[in-house]
Amino acid sequence: MTGYIIKRLLSAIPVLLGISVIVFLIMAMIPGDPATAILGSYATPENVEKLNRDLGLDQGLVPRYFIWLGNMLQGDFGRSFALNRPVLDEVLDRFGATLILAGTSFVLCSLLGIAAGVISAARQYGVADKAITFVVLLGISIPSFFLGMMMILIFAVQLKWFPVSGMWPIYGDRSLWVLMDHLTMPAIALAVVATGVIARLARSAMLEVLRQDFIRTARAKGVHERRVIWRHALRAAMVSIIPILGIQAGFVLSGAVYIEIVFQWPGVGRMLVDAILKRDILLVQGGVVFIAACYVMFNIMVDVAQALLDPRIKT
Amino acid sequence: MTFLNLPRRALLAATAATALALSVGGAAAQTPENVLIVGQIAEPQALDPAAVTAVNDFRILMNMYDGLVRYKDGTLEVEPALATDWTISEDGTVYTFTLREGVTFHDGSAFDAEAVKFNFDRMLDEAHPYHDTGPFPLAFFFSSVESVDVIDPQTVQFTLNGPYAPFLSNLAYPTGLIVSPSAVMEHGADFGRNPSGTGAFTFGEWRSNEAVVVQANPDYWDGAPELETVVFRPITDANTRTAEMLAGGIDLMVEVPPVALSEFQGDAYTVHEQAGPHVWFLILNAKEGPFADVRVRQAANYAINQDAIVNDVLEGTAEVAAGPTPPAFAWAYNPDLEPYPYDPDRARELLAEAGAEGAELTFYVTEGGSGMLDPVAMGTAIQADLEAVGLDVTIETYEWNTFLGNVNPGLEGKADMAEMAWMTNDPDTLPFLALRTEAWPDKGGFNSGYYSNPEVDVLLDAARVETDQDERARLYQEMQVIVQEDAPWVFVANWKQNAVTSDRVGGFSLQPSFFLLLDDVTKN
Repeated sequence: MTGYIIKRLLSAIPVLLGISVIVFLIMAMIPGDPATAILGSYATPENVEKLNRDLGLDQGLVPRYFIWLGNMLQGDFGRSFALNRPVLDEVLDRFGATLILAGTSFVLCSLLGIAAGVISAARQYGVADKAITFVVLLGISIPSFFLGMMMILIFAVQLKWFPVSGMWPIYGDRSLWVLMDHLTMPAIALAVVATGVIARLARSAMLEVLRQDFIRTARAKGVHERRVIWRHALRAAMVSIIPILGIQAGFVLSGAVYIEIVFQWPGVGRMLVDAILKRDILLVQGGVVFIAACYVMFNIMVDVAQALLDPRIKT
Repeated sequence: MTFLNLPRRALLAATAATALALSVGGAAAQTPENVLIVGQIAEPQALDPAAVTAVNDFRILMNMYDGLVRYKDGTLEVEPALATDWTISEDGTVYTFTLREGVTFHDGSAFDAEAVKFNFDRMLDEAHPYHDTGPFPLAFFFSSVESVDVIDPQTVQFTLNGPYAPFLSNLAYPTGLIVSPSAVMEHGADFGRNPSGTGAFTFGEWRSNEAVVVQANPDYWDGAPELETVVFRPITDANTRTAEMLAGGIDLMVEVPPVALSEFQGDAYTVHEQAGPHVWFLILNAKEGPFADVRVRQAANYAINQDAIVNDVLEGTAEVAAGPTPPAFAWAYNPDLEPYPYDPDRARELLAEAGAEGAELTFYVTEGGSGMLDPVAMGTAIQADLEAVGLDVTIETYEWNTFLGNVNPGLEGKADMAEMAWMTNDPDTLPFLALRTEAWPDKGGFNSGYYSNPEVDVLLDAARVETDQDERARLYQEMQVIVQEDAPWVFVANWKQNAVTSDRVGGFSLQPSFFLLLDDVTKN
């Protein structure tokens, strides 16, 4: 197993190098440079050239890439032009907020999605199955940003149950309850679609397992139905559910971009959108590489978990 | 089937959790007394006035710093601030300022002539030890400054490389705000996050992506502000900003989207409007194609229904522009100028005379950008108006930075017309940079439509060096008449900036400079 983990970790290196090259090239090739974005109407060729020189963007592509990569390997991600602070500080600040939001959403959609899928499968074509299927399809069909705005209008503006936006109140304590107060709406809005997808796929994974011999054996032995479903069947179905969770984790992370904008959540997704619009090259590059690294690590963890659960996977 | 109990149990748990969360909520809606919470459109870049370019950042900075001069309340005319008085030499090249006595920066250091010199040398002199705390993108506002000399602690002298009339007005712009030299020396490149000025509010804290908090300066030379604290919250999404205002999470909201204005009718809110030094126009390619003929350019001005754009597309958040100079520059604006009337028949006549019926036009439109208002909807309305008089208009839409990269180098060989908007602080800036022959793109200017009229060139060059304001005004007014007749642009709109305050806020008014001044604002 250790060998397998090391092998998977080594295979991540070319992936990350590739990503660094791609994001670097994209930022170098998109039209418009940071100086134009900063100067706006005042972007005369002369001003642009001077500012680009001040920003260190007058060197060739190849030296710029290797300087950036070299610094990054030593933990120096550079300084954001638009925010005037170190890229790594900003990314870590923001990433914490995104993890809280996406993490809560991920737990929410995994638990609810699996539970709904299992119940659906156990009561195939029954009332519960039909009701769940209906709700799930509804959830999958609503774009999350629209749902978010509607939730703000109803629960924050009209009913005043929750704050409209932000992660913390402007004044007052920073307790877990206050955080939950701010987290509830964005976390739910972000979880809805993923919950639906997980529920649908968990249902079919369960149905497949429920048709197998060992389930019939378990039932024939007189094992309680609840135990058959939640222990025997679910455990076997988890082998095909876990990779789905891995994919959905990526989905939740990328879906967080919209939710962060709608709910003004100070996360990494909103940061990247702002940074791209401002052509804040180092922040975009550093942010993308950091997120990619996290994503790759998460996938390795999913693979390892799957290998632990299913001995058939060659380690 | 016991597992069916599960959803019921889960429902119960969810309800309990929700109820718990609700009990915590609710209290958040009411904001405290004497604390003003401002909904901003973005996170500031820095709180160093020399380093920033965005109006969004200026809104904070103008409350923390002072310049040598400032705009008189409700106008774009300069009045004393940190300088109490000044003299201008006969030839217009030497400005001598007498500085206000007894003013200290928030960090306790004294404001004097040395501090003024430090500020401008830091921006302009590449050899200055603190020049590396930049970059200073708008330093060219002061590129005419040759040297800054300390005469005595209360007197400072600026020597220009030639007469330059907009100099005082540029000093009133945020780039001219005075920062504390000792704070710059202490914090270096991090000064932008540890600011210190002389203004009505002192820096409290900056919580990244959440808020910038400033506190009243009880020793402010112009009288301590009424408010205790101002919190600037960045809320980038306009819908979310509107929702925060409706829910009571913020007390003052800037840049209300036109479609949301109807939400704020009634006694609970006040909507503020103020026309500013902004003009939205179409650059016409006068070098080649149909618009090389002045009759076709005039026809475009007649064909476009500006009233409909201003009232229907922009929901009354702008006024029809008559010429290249916005009326907010009251002293330099020519009040006799009437906008081109909406007259499609006249447009058709002119097109027929010029033999340009059915001409094909390429029109550059942007998705959005600084001062561009609602460029896609406006572009579409303009396209429809031009097609109604028989022109064949093809729109090409670009993201803002790409758009600038296409338009600023000139339209030749690419397009016949392009949207553009400018916000400036002096009537000199826009025409000087975008209407002179010497400002063609190949000479480093913004005259992307290659307009050229020697008379206009002479007037603008003369106005820039004229230090007598009445004479300057006369030159600009004459220029406006000629430019309107020559129609190098389609003059479309002058934006009215807006803001909404809740009924707890008093004493607030918007400024034509588009700055946000809060020292007289109250909140109960």
